[in-house]
Amino acid sequence: MYNDYSIRNFTLMAIVWGIVGMLVGVVLSSQLIWPELNFDLPWTSFGRLRPLHTNAVIFAFGGSTLFATSYYVVQRTCQTTLFAPRLANFTFWGWQLVILLAAITLPLGITSSKEYAELEWPIDILITVVWVCYAIVFFGTIAKRKVKHIYVANWFFGAFIITVALLHIVNSAAIPAGLLKSYSAYAGVQDAMVQWWYGHNAVGFFLTAGFLGIMYYFIPKQANRPVYSYSLSIVHFWALIFTYMWAGPHHLHYTALPDWTQTLGMIFSLILLAPSWGGMINGIMTLSGAWDKLRTDPVLRFLIVSLSFYGMSTFEGPMMSIKTVNALSHYTDWTIGHVHSGALGWVGLISMGALYYLVPKLYGQDQMFSKKLIELHFWMATIGIVLYIAALWIAGVMEGLMWRELDPNDGSLVYTFIESVKAKMPYYIIRLLGGILYFGGMLVMLYNVVLTIKNKHLVEVRIPKLG
Amino acid sequence: MKKKFTHEKIETNNFLMIVLIFLVVSIAGIIEIIPLSKQKTLNEPIKNLRPYDALALEGRDIYIREGCVSCHSQMVRPFRAETLRYGKYSLASEFVYDRPFLWGSKRTGPDLARVGKRYSDAWHRIHLLNPREVVPESIMPSYPWLEDNMASVETIKRRMHALKIMGVPYSDDDIENAEAMLLNKTEMEALIYYLQTLGIHRK
Repeated sequence: MYNDYSIRNFTLMAIVWGIVGMLVGVVLSSQLIWPELNFDLPWTSFGRLRPLHTNAVIFAFGGSTLFATSYYVVQRTCQTTLFAPRLANFTFWGWQLVILLAAITLPLGITSSKEYAELEWPIDILITVVWVCYAIVFFGTIAKRKVKHIYVANWFFGAFIITVALLHIVNSAAIPAGLLKSYSAYAGVQDAMVQWWYGHNAVGFFLTAGFLGIMYYFIPKQANRPVYSYSLSIVHFWALIFTYMWAGPHHLHYTALPDWTQTLGMIFSLILLAPSWGGMINGIMTLSGAWDKLRTDPVLRFLIVSLSFYGMSTFEGPMMSIKTVNALSHYTDWTIGHVHSGALGWVGLISMGALYYLVPKLYGQDQMFSKKLIELHFWMATIGIVLYIAALWIAGVMEGLMWRELDPNDGSLVYTFIESVKAKMPYYIIRLLGGILYFGGMLVMLYNVVLTIKNKHLVEVRIPKLG
Repeated sequence: MKKKFTHEKIETNNFLMIVLIFLVVSIAGIIEIIPLSKQKTLNEPIKNLRPYDALALEGRDIYIREGCVSCHSQMVRPFRAETLRYGKYSLASEFVYDRPFLWGSKRTGPDLARVGKRYSDAWHRIHLLNPREVVPESIMPSYPWLEDNMASVETIKRRMHALKIMGVPYSDDDIENAEAMLLNKTEMEALIYYLQTLGIHRK
């Protein structure tokens, strides 16, 4: 029998944490329009809530989705049950504890301040323990596989697990100065380089390689078609994991980081377009001969449209890594828009597609309670993303241009900083509307999931006999 | 006939797969990170730069706690529009005592690398209590609690010790006098003191 216990837990918590994390996002984007919403309280002020939002959506929502899908996929594709199922349950409770501790410590201002690595050292140690157990369960399951080959989705999940461990341990190195305070093991330029080597690959491995693992299982399954190209998956896998690791310095263009490092970062970011699009093509072309299913199957539409956003943001990313473009875009809301076209469009939509696939299967139903509501969710999410990213493109490019505009007569600055803040307000409102729509879609999903599992009869799924 | 190497070798071998992934993802970090600790211009402090004294360190830790780095960079890029707006562009040698670095990645508010001595202490206090009193269209949160909280005297020595272990050149006197320096100071005073030190070594 497959061991689906912790998969059910992770699946439900992914939806719950998605709602929580996105709600905090809606609050933050409102605070940027109405600063009164900071309520003059320390634990509700923007600077403390912002890391709560990023941690909740990346590690709580994204993380729970990755645990659920990887445990599901590794069993099905190895045709064996989970290795050390009690350890798998420990990873569930351990990960929830990490999230809970994050939700408590971040509003209290307990933070290392390094982006996406804000949690203080005792929690970092807990993360490391849970992650090592995750690796043991995952690779242990592969070790006892009943089939000869390791399926491509597992390469991606495996690379994600190994690399996140490496990144987390190196970037979190610090000297404690008390239980809740530490100072980075690196100073100045080195700290910046280590942080963005970590930070960019939190995107590259947590939010990309892991989710490509999801793509390689759930799209062929939902479309009932084999993966488009086996050779393309080999090339794009090794090229992607090699190239991503170099791209970090593009977060530090024109800073005090040495030029040679910036240039390396830019070159590899440009190269990265190729393996990224290789993956996208391999996913989308899997639909060859089954394109008509997009019209009738909203779950497949989530999965495929996520790949269009993936292609779009992996084009935009290399473009923004070009130093002349970055000179304009860096520090502006364009970056926030770019992140969200990847996060809402790619990570969000493919997660939702995979979760809609999983929920009925895990709870012994033929399908979700309502297909109409999946349709509704799809359109709320898609329109929400478009509003969000279009608003921030305009806001970001505009403020970048305002910051650099010089008077043609005397070469002085034309705009004060606050004028650029004021000019962004209409776009901040559109962004908020987009965010609310996207968040509302998650509520529709929760309702649909609750009604689906109300009639649950938990089924144990037999491992098929090999012919 | 010699058997040709195919990808099948890797994808049928769990151990080989793990090792190869680890090797492939390690290369970039080795090349991009390690040389930075050897490059002299990155590791020697610029003239006049001193380690943060006790009160500045307390202020900096409050800056970290409140997440100021979410919205304010401390990194002036070498562009005319930036040096006009903020001051001299930033050099690596200015950050050798910064653990963690606070360069930031977003300017919802302006850069602060050169904000020291640009405004009076009184201006900062009013601004932090309610930014809209001095900048009507500001969207920055207010920080009234900084006025009520006292600087954390009891942990300062421990914090300076931790930094000293990392090589920040604090003298025994610096650490001995740390508590006295923070005594009866509010968090507001500590934060303003820190802000007033930003960039003054380049003045």
